[in-house]
Amino acid sequence: MINLIYLTVALPLLGFLINGFFGNKIKNEKVIGAIGSGVIGLSFLIALGAFVETLQLPVEERKNIVNLFTWLDVAGIKINFAYQVDQLSLVMSLIVTGVGFIIHIYSIGYMHGDKSFWRFFAYLNLFIFAMMNLILGDNFVVLFLGWEGVGLCSYLLIGFWYDRKFEKSTTADAAKKAFIVNRIGDFGFLLGMFLIYLTFGSLNFNEVFSRASIYSNEFIFSLIALFLFIGATGKSAQIPLFVWLPDAMAGPTPVSALIHAATMVTAGVYMVARCSIIFASAPDIMMLVAVIGAFTAIFAASIGLVQNDIKKVLAYSTISQLGYMFLAMGVGAFSAGIFHVMTHAFFKALLFLGAGSIIHAMHEQQDIRFYGGLKKYMPATFKTFLIAALAISGIPPLSGFFSKDEILWYSFANGSIVLWIVGVVTSMMTAFYMFRLYFLTFEGKERFNLHKEPQQRGKKAEPEAVDTHHSTLPHESPKLMTIPLIVLAALSIVGGFIGIPAIFSGEHGNLFHNWLEPVFKNANNKLNYYGTHTHFEEILLMALSVIFAVSAILLARYIYLKKPSIADNIAGKFKGLYNVLWNKYYVDEIYDATVVNPIVKTSDKFLWRINDNKIIDGVVNGTASVIGLASGYFRKVQNGVAQFYAFIMIIGIAAALFWLILR
Amino acid sequence: MENSFLISYLLLIPLIGSFLILLIPRDNEKAIRYAGVLFSTIAFILSLVIFYFFDYNHSGFQFIHKFGWIANLNISYNVGVDGLSLLLVLLTTFLTPLTLISSWAGINKKVKEFTFLMLMLELGMLGVFVSLDLFLFYIFWEAMLIPMYFIIGVWGGDRRIYASVKFFVYTMFGSLLMLVAIVWLAVNAAPALGHFSTDLVELYSISPKFEKEVQIWMFLAFALSFSIKVPLFPLHTWLPDAHVQAPTAGSVILASVLLKMGTYGLLRFCLPLFPDASIAAAPYMAVLAIIGIIYGALVAMVQKDMKKLIAYSSVSHLGFVVLGIFAMSEESVQGAVIQMVNHGLSTGALFLLVGIIYERTHTREISEYGGIAKVVPLYSVALMVASLSSIGLPGLNGFVGEFLILVGSFKSQVYNNWWFTIFATSGVIFAAVYLLWMYQRIIYGEVKNPRMNDLKDLNKREIFVLVPIFIFIIWIGVYPGTFLNVSKASTKKVIEQVLVNPNSNLKVTENK
Repeated sequence: MINLIYLTVALPLLGFLINGFFGNKIKNEKVIGAIGSGVIGLSFLIALGAFVETLQLPVEERKNIVNLFTWLDVAGIKINFAYQVDQLSLVMSLIVTGVGFIIHIYSIGYMHGDKSFWRFFAYLNLFIFAMMNLILGDNFVVLFLGWEGVGLCSYLLIGFWYDRKFEKSTTADAAKKAFIVNRIGDFGFLLGMFLIYLTFGSLNFNEVFSRASIYSNEFIFSLIALFLFIGATGKSAQIPLFVWLPDAMAGPTPVSALIHAATMVTAGVYMVARCSIIFASAPDIMMLVAVIGAFTAIFAASIGLVQNDIKKVLAYSTISQLGYMFLAMGVGAFSAGIFHVMTHAFFKALLFLGAGSIIHAMHEQQDIRFYGGLKKYMPATFKTFLIAALAISGIPPLSGFFSKDEILWYSFANGSIVLWIVGVVTSMMTAFYMFRLYFLTFEGKERFNLHKEPQQRGKKAEPEAVDTHHSTLPHESPKLMTIPLIVLAALSIVGGFIGIPAIFSGEHGNLFHNWLEPVFKNANNKLNYYGTHTHFEEILLMALSVIFAVSAILLARYIYLKKPSIADNIAGKFKGLYNVLWNKYYVDEIYDATVVNPIVKTSDKFLWRINDNKIIDGVVNGTASVIGLASGYFRKVQNGVAQFYAFIMIIGIAAALFWLILR
Repeated sequence: MENSFLISYLLLIPLIGSFLILLIPRDNEKAIRYAGVLFSTIAFILSLVIFYFFDYNHSGFQFIHKFGWIANLNISYNVGVDGLSLLLVLLTTFLTPLTLISSWAGINKKVKEFTFLMLMLELGMLGVFVSLDLFLFYIFWEAMLIPMYFIIGVWGGDRRIYASVKFFVYTMFGSLLMLVAIVWLAVNAAPALGHFSTDLVELYSISPKFEKEVQIWMFLAFALSFSIKVPLFPLHTWLPDAHVQAPTAGSVILASVLLKMGTYGLLRFCLPLFPDASIAAAPYMAVLAIIGIIYGALVAMVQKDMKKLIAYSSVSHLGFVVLGIFAMSEESVQGAVIQMVNHGLSTGALFLLVGIIYERTHTREISEYGGIAKVVPLYSVALMVASLSSIGLPGLNGFVGEFLILVGSFKSQVYNNWWFTIFATSGVIFAAVYLLWMYQRIIYGEVKNPRMNDLKDLNKREIFVLVPIFIFIIWIGVYPGTFLNVSKASTKKVIEQVLVNPNSNLKVTENK
């Protein structure tokens, strides 16, 4: 199956082509959905097969490259469409195709009745195609192809309902913002690639990384790592380029789950992990990665505390969790970071899909202040959502506990106590806002009124779930949507067991860690962290973080279930702080005022209207009018343009000859 | 290589075609249109034959056809192609029939003259790319102006006279100095050659030995003319006016092929003829190119007219090409050559698409549109693909050129300065800004303008014109080897001509 790995890329492309070209003729949702999901399901099986096959190989033979054809061959640049099957790319492939498949199935239910059903599946397939290139490419350029490709799909899918309004502007604005902010990151990524090529004379992973392990100019390493990290901050929504992700929620909810939570946004983490040897050789940048990660984590979590839009809370939560992953990268806990990529894919996809199910039931209402008491109407959504909320809050033995705690432990052991504190405070905030969301949605009084017309509907038919003629009561979503929820809930529960810390699992150690160990061996050797910490410390910190998380949940329960007045009181007392959080620290406004508007204004008012139209054209027209005067005189004698041409021609030749004679 | 008549046949086809068209009665517009497409298609097929027999391991000129013309000055009719010019020849012959078909709807008056001029224009452009004699080159260079002048001046928009005169004055200004430099060059080379000659291959061997100062003056005269055509900042202001006023077919040819004559000229003449001057001028040219990249993009961003927006985007894109040429590394020059073709395809497609919608609505104001995705879905997809190609999305053609140019200028020994590339790379951000913004304002949102509800989607003829271009957009994006191999040997040779010469202290380094 390893040799067939290219099919995991080709099949989604095939799905895209079929649905893209013929989807509007097929029309039948079942057929379109089956094609769209089927190709991803097959890809998953192939990836699984490749995984099983790799598992049987001896450790040193677990990296295989499947070469297709030459893409670029110029001077020292020799880039093939070649796919690298190794421990890291297999983990990522399984996540992307596995979670991707589940979300495709869910989408058949969620997008039911949408007039562009086929277009949605075409885009989703194109996304998986790009994402698989990103993960499997054996060189930076194919990775970049995927990198830009997923950005494009993200753009297309955020703007999927292109005629809708979104907050103060439109979905199209949100889409454009995502693409452009990502391009700013790509700018860094490109420079990183240039410098890699200049330094190592190649852009293939194998050559670059083997040369990097014997190269020692730390300044160059730092520059490369910095450039690459700029790219990562764009794609993975880290400070300062996180601003596009909250707006990306303008897309359909399955998109938010697949692209803006489970897979694409983790591409930056994957890239840093892939280049671990480069980052490990640049300690300053490692520190920067850790700090940015930790800061993003707490920053986004604090915004999440006060948001009322269910998807917005989840969006900031995603940014925050991505921050954790970068924190892991920055302290050299590469496999812990990837582990969190995996568990986060499970529980965050589940949260988003659950949110989608709720939004469906509530007729597109996304404001949690108008939810409440939903658990009796939507039992499946309720149970699975609760599992996901517990998982993300780090409650043992759910998956989030293991991955998050491993990160926290390494941020203490390899990093510093400050990073650990930031991490723990973030995890408290996470538990708090997650359960604020949970209590406001599922428990307590019912605050909805479904008689009200839905805010906005881009669909020609009402979805099945609410097809009960404007019933006043919310309904559970159809099976096509709840079964994916249940599968993801199961994964959120057991997904962590493959990464049980060595102190608990005995002789086998941490299975996940062992599996990825060869990929990060060189980087770990270079980092050379000694384990001077005791098991007691590890267990103590673990216990502390669980206690904090549980108390945050209880606090949320108290405030939002028992004494709802407290929340308003607090908001009233700390109005300034509340406003800052509510307005997301005004980052968008600051960017607009300091970067966007000045550039647009200068371009319009000065560069174009003054420089081009007045200054440069002034000079040209001045010259032209002199010639015009002269030719005007001649025109009296000879009319027409050809003569004017001849006139200049003669003058020119005469001047040339004149000059040749006199020189 | 022995004499071959293929190139001369290639030049003869549009010439004969254009005169045969004059024989068709002017009422029979259908016959005229088909004849125009027929002859330009024959030219395309012939250029494919040339492509087929082209030996891309050979760096010199092939299919040379030479005979004496003005004997006592040793001026000869001398044509041939190498890897650099062949791609542009193919681009020209590929696009001419497509633009002719595209103009069937837009050009309704004086069809006969229009078709005649388009074929003459093709002749002029092909002549520029295949001339191996400076005098012959100059004739074609100037001759090509006349049909273009008339195409803008007769079939153009409201301010066509202003635009065509501006176009004319700008380009004439540069050309005159070039003529002076050609004569001066030949005169200067005469003692060493033993005779007056404008033969390019002969001059290649002599002029690099000129004093640096002499080279610089000659370089400036040539480069000015070429830079106006490119157009390089700040010589670009003729372009937006010419584009906006030109009919669609004119804009397409202007952007896709005419501008390439400037960059081709730099590569074919300035670099190998004046290597020392080129190296000395490289940083300055690069700075102007980079200003063009950023400036063009920023000004494009705030345009309200679609054509003007795309015109300014050309300033930005051609800046990349110039940057690549003067970086003089194999990656960057290869990138520059393929980027010339890429820009021809993607900007050609964009202008065609703007023309298509203009023919239906008679407005190019972006603000008049909005929300037409629902009304014209195929058109929306086509505009998306063309925009993405222009933005440089990997997998489409634009990326290949931009990437090679940037990576090549980053390692360029001639620039030896990372900042050039860092600034130039920022262009990838701005390209996304102006194109996606335009796209959004035209395609997305709700239909604001009620008359847009009746817009017709692409018809069969328009699809027939666009599909071949899109095929190449994807082909170059996924498998650029077909084209990069053509220019490889000639690129290496040009770089050697510049960097390996007696006065140079730079060495061509082998890649690891």
